[in-house]
Amino acid sequence: MSGTQTAGPEAHNGHRRDAFGGAGEPLGGPGQHTPGLAGRVMHAVAGQVRGRVPVADLDERDPDYIRESLPRLWLLASLWFRGEVRGLGNIPDEGPVLLVGNHSGGNISPDTGVFTLAFSTYFGVERRFYQLAHNLVLSMPFLGFLRKYGTVAASPENAEQALDSGAALLVYPGGDHEVHRPSWEGNTVNFAGRRGFVRLALEHDVPIVPVVSIGGQETALFLSRGERLSRLLGLDRLLRLKVLPISVAAPWGLNVGDMLGHIPLPAKITIEVLPAIHLREQFGPEPDVDEVYDHVLETMQETLDALASERRLPILG
Amino acid sequence: MRVAAQIEIAAPPELVWAFVTDPTRTLHFMSGVTRWEIASPGNDRGLGARYRVLMRVGSAEVGGLVETVEFAEPYDMAWTSVTGVDQRGRWRLRHNGPSRTRVELRLSYGIAGAGIAGWIAERVAAPSVRDNLRRSVLELRRQVEHEQARARAAARRAAARAS
Repeated sequence: MSGTQTAGPEAHNGHRRDAFGGAGEPLGGPGQHTPGLAGRVMHAVAGQVRGRVPVADLDERDPDYIRESLPRLWLLASLWFRGEVRGLGNIPDEGPVLLVGNHSGGNISPDTGVFTLAFSTYFGVERRFYQLAHNLVLSMPFLGFLRKYGTVAASPENAEQALDSGAALLVYPGGDHEVHRPSWEGNTVNFAGRRGFVRLALEHDVPIVPVVSIGGQETALFLSRGERLSRLLGLDRLLRLKVLPISVAAPWGLNVGDMLGHIPLPAKITIEVLPAIHLREQFGPEPDVDEVYDHVLETMQETLDALASERRLPILG
Repeated sequence: MRVAAQIEIAAPPELVWAFVTDPTRTLHFMSGVTRWEIASPGNDRGLGARYRVLMRVGSAEVGGLVETVEFAEPYDMAWTSVTGVDQRGRWRLRHNGPSRTRVELRLSYGIAGAGIAGWIAERVAAPSVRDNLRRSVLELRRQVEHEQARARAAARRAAARAS
């Protein structure tokens, strides 16, 4: 459950553009000229990915499946990550809500799992809850089960459908940029300037609830996002992948790309849910997107700093 | 998985019953319980009363909507889950001599269809749930006996003033 991100107004079915600086052209579309064998391989991979990205279907979320899998999630969250989620009472008991989180842990992102468990047990699996994810995540065959949890491709249509249905929607504006940040930037909220979530909340007049987590970036040693490498290989244009992360992670050792995931170290995951921000109540009838963005980022960073000050040792928490 | 905790309280069942059936008091003595809200407007206790219940176990607050299915004053109150984790709970109060009550709090829980992971999770959670129940009956005894002592002291003061 990684690389989850929001998408912006120009995107279409998760194949075009995300509002936060995603790929600017359709996958494998015109204007892409990656030469040679490597280029053909990348085009083939892009074609595979594009074909595998499921058409948005919110009905794929399966409450019975989620309920039956809660013990598995609970064992993992409680025993391996010693997860602790605070402030779930800050989420409005009903109605659509945009949950905005910081994202950590590479392609195996424990914060999403811990939060999904906490949300599902607190509000019940009957409450509709969706998460936006990167196309690549949803196209991986062994991650198909995520759709049963309500994970859908990051696109404005999916986000709108989810909010229109009255659901809670979890987005990670930082997406792949944030989730693969170096470990020494672990205690920094980094949305890379992506403001689409603010526009989304304004258009649908839903409250934003910040969700701040810590510990995910301690589940491996993240060395670099590998943005240059990604550009060099054309992954940004072909797969909407602006990064090709490099990390030291179990069981691979040096792990380039994290495409097969990794075994996360048992770092303690702490998540704090902050009070809901009702944009028009707090910022007036026509809120300034930049002002809201700065406020959300600042609030989340302050909370992350407080959570960081509680930790004594990496991994142990 | 079924866990239980028992205790003897130096008070009549009627007084203990007033505590365990009052939803506004539940959070004051139930250990680990983070939510016990009335979910049936107009029916805060008795047969058919519903509550939203959550108990912190491990990394999650687990529970759901429960409904009172047995309400035999002042001896038995049982509830069962409507949504959320499958659960069935019971307060069982019995006379144990004059002005003494034997109290048992039982809780059965699980998730049907969860398979081997569910079986393991139930057992891993059991010590934590059992500990919550044990702390709950201890706190219940403290509060009930304190309430009884306070009532007796008030009665003595009233009698002294009258004489």
